Amino acid sequence: MYPSRFSYEAPTTVAEAIDLLRRAEGEAKVLAGGQSLVPMMKLRFASPEMLVDINNIPGLAYHSADPDGTYRIGALCRHEDLEKDAELVTQQPTIAAAAPVIADPIVRTRGTVVGSLCHADPQGDWASVMSALGGSIVAEGPSGRRSIQCADFVNGPFQNLLQPDELAIEAFVPPPVGARSGGYLKLERRIGDFATVGVAVSVESSGDQVTRAGIGLTGVGPSTICAEAAAELLVGQDLNPETIHRAAELASEISQPRSDHRGSAAYKRHVVATFVTRILSSLELATREAA
Amino acid sequence: MTIDEVKIGGLGASRPRVEDNRFIRGMGNYVDDISLPGMLHMEVLRSPLAHARIKSIDVAAAWAIPGVRLVLTGEMMASRNLAWMPTLSYDTQAVLATDKVRFQGQEIACVVADDPYIAKDACEAIVVDYEPLPAIVNPTQAMADSAPIIRDDKENQQDNLIFDWEVGDKEGTDSAFAEADVVSEIELHYPRSHPSPIETCGSIADFDRATSKLTVYMTTQAPHIIRAAVAMVAELPEHMIRIVSPDLGGGFGNKVPVYPGYVVSILASILLERPVKWIEDKTGNLISTGFGRDVYLRGQMALRKDGKILGVRMHTDSDHGAFFSDAQPSKFKIGLMHSAFACYDIPTAHLTARGVYTNKAPGGVAYRCSFRVTEAMFFQERMVQGAADDLGIDQAEFRRLNFVRDDDFPHRTPFGFLTDSGQYGKCLDIGLEAIGYEDFLKQKEEAKNRGRLLGIGISTMTEPLGAGNSREYDILGIKMFDSAELRVHMSGKAILRTGAKTQGQGHETTWAQIVAHELGIPAEDVVVEEGDTDTAPFGMGTYASRSTPVAGAAVSMVSRKIRAKARKIAAHLLEVSEEDIDWELGRFYLRSSPDRGVTIQECAMAAYSNVPDGMEPGLENNAYYDPPNLTWPFACYIATVEVDPLTGVWDVLNVVAVDDCGVRINPMIVEGQIMGGLTEAYAMASMQFITFDNEGNCVGSNYMDYLLPTAWETPGFELHEVVTPCPHHPIGAKGIGECATVGGPAAFVNAVMDALKGTGVRNVDMPLLPDRVYEALTTSSDVSGAPPIKTD
Amino acid sequence: MTSLFEVVSEEASADTPIRRLTVTVNGKQHTLDVEPRLLLVHLVRQALGLTGTHLGCDTTNCGACTVLFDGSPVKSCTMFAVQADGHEVTTVEGLASASELDPIQEGFKDEHGLQCGFCTPGMMLSAKALLNENPDPTEDEIRWALSGNLCRCTGYQNIVKAVLRAAAGLRNQEDAGEDETS
Repeated sequence: MYPSRFSYEAPTTVAEAIDLLRRAEGEAKVLAGGQSLVPMMKLRFASPEMLVDINNIPGLAYHSADPDGTYRIGALCRHEDLEKDAELVTQQPTIAAAAPVIADPIVRTRGTVVGSLCHADPQGDWASVMSALGGSIVAEGPSGRRSIQCADFVNGPFQNLLQPDELAIEAFVPPPVGARSGGYLKLERRIGDFATVGVAVSVESSGDQVTRAGIGLTGVGPSTICAEAAAELLVGQDLNPETIHRAAELASEISQPRSDHRGSAAYKRHVVATFVTRILSSLELATREAA
Repeated sequence: MTIDEVKIGGLGASRPRVEDNRFIRGMGNYVDDISLPGMLHMEVLRSPLAHARIKSIDVAAAWAIPGVRLVLTGEMMASRNLAWMPTLSYDTQAVLATDKVRFQGQEIACVVADDPYIAKDACEAIVVDYEPLPAIVNPTQAMADSAPIIRDDKENQQDNLIFDWEVGDKEGTDSAFAEADVVSEIELHYPRSHPSPIETCGSIADFDRATSKLTVYMTTQAPHIIRAAVAMVAELPEHMIRIVSPDLGGGFGNKVPVYPGYVVSILASILLERPVKWIEDKTGNLISTGFGRDVYLRGQMALRKDGKILGVRMHTDSDHGAFFSDAQPSKFKIGLMHSAFACYDIPTAHLTARGVYTNKAPGGVAYRCSFRVTEAMFFQERMVQGAADDLGIDQAEFRRLNFVRDDDFPHRTPFGFLTDSGQYGKCLDIGLEAIGYEDFLKQKEEAKNRGRLLGIGISTMTEPLGAGNSREYDILGIKMFDSAELRVHMSGKAILRTGAKTQGQGHETTWAQIVAHELGIPAEDVVVEEGDTDTAPFGMGTYASRSTPVAGAAVSMVSRKIRAKARKIAAHLLEVSEEDIDWELGRFYLRSSPDRGVTIQECAMAAYSNVPDGMEPGLENNAYYDPPNLTWPFACYIATVEVDPLTGVWDVLNVVAVDDCGVRINPMIVEGQIMGGLTEAYAMASMQFITFDNEGNCVGSNYMDYLLPTAWETPGFELHEVVTPCPHHPIGAKGIGECATVGGPAAFVNAVMDALKGTGVRNVDMPLLPDRVYEALTTSSDVSGAPPIKTD
Repeated sequence: MTSLFEVVSEEASADTPIRRLTVTVNGKQHTLDVEPRLLLVHLVRQALGLTGTHLGCDTTNCGACTVLFDGSPVKSCTMFAVQADGHEVTTVEGLASASELDPIQEGFKDEHGLQCGFCTPGMMLSAKALLNENPDPTEDEIRWALSGNLCRCTGYQNIVKAVLRAAAGLRNQEDAGEDETS
């Protein structure tokens, strides 16, 4: 209930924030939404010596598409901003499907997408979404900016590849190769729960043919599982019961769930297959109906 | 002109609640809202292990933290004879662990500091050296030959058995089974659940050296029981102890027992001579305080092929955790489990019960359960569903065949309870009509042909509420009467105090309605107070839905005593004799000349200004009510669901509740109680439970794992009523607060099991989580949810 | 040093980090020196004595601590007081004016939307935030918006009715206001 002591800084520029992080030599944590960090600090699972609060840095709250189709989400974009963006359903359907099922509506007013990705909770939803979309994190440090693929970004539970003096300033999704479709299904026992199983699917197609695909799995491994083979199977094909079934099977096989109080490993594998099938089938139906 | 009773807020008025005025303004007065000058804060260090010897505790670093005032360990408590305390079930419970830790979350040490942040820092600085021991998490493990003895602190304890108990007629029941055409069986685990009011437990102990008086503000549903317990434990005289229970953020039975935190905060205040506040965090509440259920039930039903139930056998194994601290009437080791089957006309039955110790939090009786009637009725309706299916008889028909008939009262149940009234068939009929029973059965069939699984579940029951008469009911020897004290002021306004303690049930609103009914004083003219042992008459508190049956009756009786005195005053004012006077609501009048009369207000004024010779002035009295019997509300709950066969997820389609709680004092409040109870029923059926892994680690000790449904998951409810007044209650009312929690779970579970009919599965333990439902569907086997958790 | 719950004096120990913040709560400005680790809910309850905001869990689930932060509902147990520097906070005490209850409060009272009252302040503020954005919500939209606030007593059905009633009340107020100005 009561965190340990820490010192607190509230910089007003990215440069200032990076400088604070550099001087703290790994003993500082960034505070954005705080909806994952603060609960951990209250339980004393995390006790950073310093918090660098980035909420006063202007110009980080955006979410929008560049002219070339790259979709950028700034470090202070809240889950709620995405949930309430009516255009997102067509622009970024996988993101639009995930945003409403992150935590609960009140947490979503503060929590951030980038913060969630950096927090690297093994059961986090956004990592699967970004994995399916082929997204990246943009890190800024004393020596400049670099992009890190989300699929590579996490290197352990609650651990990411950022250097101690780097600030994640945005996440971005590369432009699509064709028309975007996708979805996110989350089996949770109740709103606010972590996923028992979550499946993120992103498909880009040209007419009936899939040009690119991604499938990310939540809650069925030590961290997000990128079901590459399952997604690759769809490329160059059209979505039909056979390809869908095969992709679902592959995704289920590659998952590594554990049996626990949320269910047996066999059950979770089965739900992976079921959700992949459901999402792809609904996309297939939508394509048919549009035609 | 006759007063309209509903207009003055009498019985039957959905009077807006008095309590709301402060709550909607955020001006409630909960224990954590109270601040006293010089107040210090206490935090508890809890054991991370479920079963371990304590080799050493080093508190030096804790004491060194600036702002720390006191660090208490079991050893220090022991030197004052306070390391152990008696429980409400004649056992003992550790206040702070000394030799051993017996459940994960058990209190090891307490720190008192200037603020809770510092107190927490100090707790973290305490170093404890544990030697782990094997943990026991279910009765089978507890009774195994090789099981470690958990209560090795008790001199004659050779094993982990607490009690064996039985009731009923073994021989008669065996004969019935010998004659049965069909024997139906069921075995299930009613999982550990927790009342989990949103507000946790807490206390502010304030020992005043100048007056030698101890005042404790406490989250308690039973302030007088606490006062008696504190007198015993702290060896302070009863009249120098004042327990004040202010506003409570829910109770549901969680706030009845005496918790170590209370005891330690009291000792700390006495030692430091300053107020000490302890507010539990949610983890502390879920991991260590009074839980409910955790009973293993199995049984058989002897049936004649025409559908008549010939007899029932029940056996229960109850898991009480590390200390037997159940708050229940002392004569009944397994509470009122033997109230099962009370609504059915069954000639004979036999129940055996065994209670054991395990390495878990102590308790078992709490959580809106009416003393284990939740378990009894859940088992009953699961058994009844199975029996009807085994016989191939329709669920509703089977119940109707076996119900006690309306004209068959008083009725002695096979376990010896006496029910006095009921219209079970009518209740069921209303429910079936409301849910559209016949249509739904057709829908179900059609859906099945298209691969969709629909199900309907019925739960009918009558349950005993209002413990209880002094012949059979006591807690630690104190009888379970209740009380009311009413003082009418000269202007006819009044103040009423009772021995009950509201936690959201609205006593401040409803008790005044009883006074309005009896005396014609408008309810808004009666202020109601509860919870301060210095001013409230002695009562056993509010739990087990006993307050309307017992305290409410006392309110009625004291009002009648007032009316009797007022009658004499009226006669004096009207200058006639009492026999010439009649009463109508709010007014005495001359029978021969009804226009001539005096109002109750005029009588009140006269009580202070013009009493007849020889009469004491004033208009006040008290009443202690020993109920002649329990009350018997009854209900029919029906739920319809659809199960997704690919994920095991199920959605509720409709819920209908038909409740008879006799005369309804405030219909709006009654309905609120029912809806709250149905939600807890839904919660337990779908997602809410506490479990343990093989090492005794508790899963369900915070709100990430202990799942309360939100507004999104919770279904809507359609409510109906039947009114069969209680024949012995002064206003014909019965209890109601717990009925839906008692009868509700079976409706949901029966519905899902009905959707699974044909798979051969007899039981899936609650909560019916998607993975369990899926497992049942795909393996056609029963699914047990008992601890330990199954892992890879 | 003095306790976290009291306003920290200027002579605080050198190694205890202290920050000064200025926050507007229910329209009134406060300047306080606090430790960074002080949670916003404790600032509100202890430092400012506004005990209508309640604490109900340790894991950011129950929502009993919900306040409006620049008009948006937040769980005040999951923010540090220092984050409120320069911002506006509304608690339940800020709902009613001197003379009138907020329609949300009226709705809860009229529809028996509360029993023990503990979750009520947070519930009402979440509802108010919803109605500020969506004056005519459906039942589903209400249940969705309130899914971050747990209630143990009511079963939510009357809470939904309370919010619908408040929405109607607010729309009437608006219409009445429009009539006056037209």
